Amino acid sequence: MDADERTYRVDLMTRVEGEGRFLLRVRDGVVERAELSIFEAPRFFEALLRGRSIDEVPDIVARICGICPVAYQMSAVRALEAALGVQPTPEIRRLRRLLYCGEWIESHALHVFLLHAPDFLGYESAVEMAADHRPVVEMGLRMKRAGNALIELLGGRAIHPISVRVGGFSRAPARSALAAHRDALARGLEDALAAVAWAAGLEAPDFEQDYVFVALDADVYPLEEGRGIRISDGTTLPEADFETRFGEVQVPHSNALQCRMLDGRAYLTGPIARLALHAERLHPRAREAWEGTGMSLPVRNPYLSMVVRCVELVHAFAEALDLLDGYRGAEPSAVPWEAADAVGYGATEAPRGLLWHRYAVRADGTVAEAKIVPPTSQNQARIEEDLASIGPELAAMEHGAATRRCEQLVRAYDPCISCATHFLELDLGRE
Amino acid sequence: MTASEPESGRGRPRLGVFKLASCDGCQLTLLDCEDELLALAGAVEIVHFPEVSSRLAAEGPFDLVLLEGSVSTEEQRELVHAVRARTPRLVAIGACATAGGIQALRNFADHEEYVRAVYARPEYVSTLAAATPASEHVRVDFELRGCPIDRGQLLELLVATLLGRKPQVPDESVCMECKRRGQVCVMVARGEPCLGPVTHAGCGAICPAYARGCYGCFGPKESPNPSALSARLSRDGASDDEIARRFRVFTGWAGPFREESLRRGR
Repeated sequence: MDADERTYRVDLMTRVEGEGRFLLRVRDGVVERAELSIFEAPRFFEALLRGRSIDEVPDIVARICGICPVAYQMSAVRALEAALGVQPTPEIRRLRRLLYCGEWIESHALHVFLLHAPDFLGYESAVEMAADHRPVVEMGLRMKRAGNALIELLGGRAIHPISVRVGGFSRAPARSALAAHRDALARGLEDALAAVAWAAGLEAPDFEQDYVFVALDADVYPLEEGRGIRISDGTTLPEADFETRFGEVQVPHSNALQCRMLDGRAYLTGPIARLALHAERLHPRAREAWEGTGMSLPVRNPYLSMVVRCVELVHAFAEALDLLDGYRGAEPSAVPWEAADAVGYGATEAPRGLLWHRYAVRADGTVAEAKIVPPTSQNQARIEEDLASIGPELAAMEHGAATRRCEQLVRAYDPCISCATHFLELDLGRE
Repeated sequence: MTASEPESGRGRPRLGVFKLASCDGCQLTLLDCEDELLALAGAVEIVHFPEVSSRLAAEGPFDLVLLEGSVSTEEQRELVHAVRARTPRLVAIGACATAGGIQALRNFADHEEYVRAVYARPEYVSTLAAATPASEHVRVDFELRGCPIDRGQLLELLVATLLGRKPQVPDESVCMECKRRGQVCVMVARGEPCLGPVTHAGCGAICPAYARGCYGCFGPKESPNPSALSARLSRDGASDDEIARRFRVFTGWAGPFREESLRRGR
């Protein structure tokens, strides 16, 4: 009797950042393989940071990712400032949060409208989608532009901002310059509210998983700083203890190091995890928008991440407006610091999830060692478990549609393969 | 190659976007043209652009290919040759594609040591020892500089291509942009080390505008004089190692910067 073997694979994932592929093989209803592999070339960031000057780190780590450079800069300055005992002023911290709001807006709008929405509406790209849904695409682009404009003002340019320094900013904006962005942000808030209703109205596949959620622990909705790392099992640990609960493992089928909990479990980081652990800390406008969807917490359906991203868009716009209205200037724009022999840890919430850095620095002002754990390497094991879970039910679907369903699932994580890649090995040539 | 003739002059120009080792930021610059994106997508036919569309046709043929990233594996070396054969116009975009990018720092170091520093099982990693710009492998028709490229320069390139004229991308120094912006020189006024005098324009002199020195992410300008700048940095108290390090960041593998850094450092 012939076995019923079905293989779903895409050799070059599209509408994601970077180069990866997936393979799902189901034999007689049993999942044999569920693999996300990454074949993007490694760039050796941790190695090339060694010996560089401490003040170059924010510039260099930005280049890990063109989509979320601010996240890398923020985790780096958090870790380096922790190492050197630097305390940025409240004004600097608020500006950093504002800058990070800009990145959340830019990255989430990109993912929701240009990368992910075509899956839900049956198009190959947002460009094709725009032929039938132009107002929706334009709304997404308008939000994205508002986010980018904010990063450009605070950071000098949208991709790889140049003003972020250890201790603060090389220059802080004038109040009037910030105020000029108010209208665009207010319009963005209205757009984001409309986006939540729009996303919640799209048909998402029925699929639920039992997740372990991990996010930064904070008194406010977590973003540019926290007081530790929170796990949905009820524990919270200091950023410095990350490696006592999480660790990277090498798996034979993938070229990637996957970050898992040390007990072997996969976990989820990113918008759904943040909402699960911090819904009550959302900005009131965002909380209202979330409640308006009628969905319940925690979200266990990864396809609904798009709705959660839209809720976070509302949060980021609303909070950016508050920060802008409360801005009274930030002079001095940076606090002085001195190099020392020290080790520091820092984590922030990149659009895709927790981004953890560790640096050992020297009194001569150079970096002795760097370690970076990006969100995509953390979510990778979880993506594979999700793929394995949907495997059996795909049998009822036509093969092309089933493959697209898998792609839509991987994309729901907004994987940033460029980010993850500096850890990853090249393809070993299997398959 | 069985690829047909490029279709210039017949229908919309066929655009391909390919990526090698990079952060995706330069191709993202195209998506950051929020106001122009939909019009642009109507003016060209997007034939292959994996970050944007699931409709792929890597084999082309193309009228214009934007190539991001540096050549850092054997597969990428083969790809860059294959892509060259599929287009009459190959444009390298960004510091990685035009100068090797930040990952080209390994070209100065012991490659084996780099691989060991990042990977538990280095025996599986088969990268080339060097990360190199496209122009070290194939003929490149135009280079857009920057880490990342500038949105305005990208639009100028695309419009010029659509109109069949040469892109107007000045190869003067960042200093020229800085002066036109009416900024006080950070090096003269504050002794801040600045690569502006030797760096290719295009960013709008944003670093001096944000009270810091240029770090050279657009690479060397036409006929730069890095030795003169080194001498000045040295007079201001910078050590040879520090000077070498300043030339050796995102475009450190570009000829004039590479030579100057090797003169000053190891």
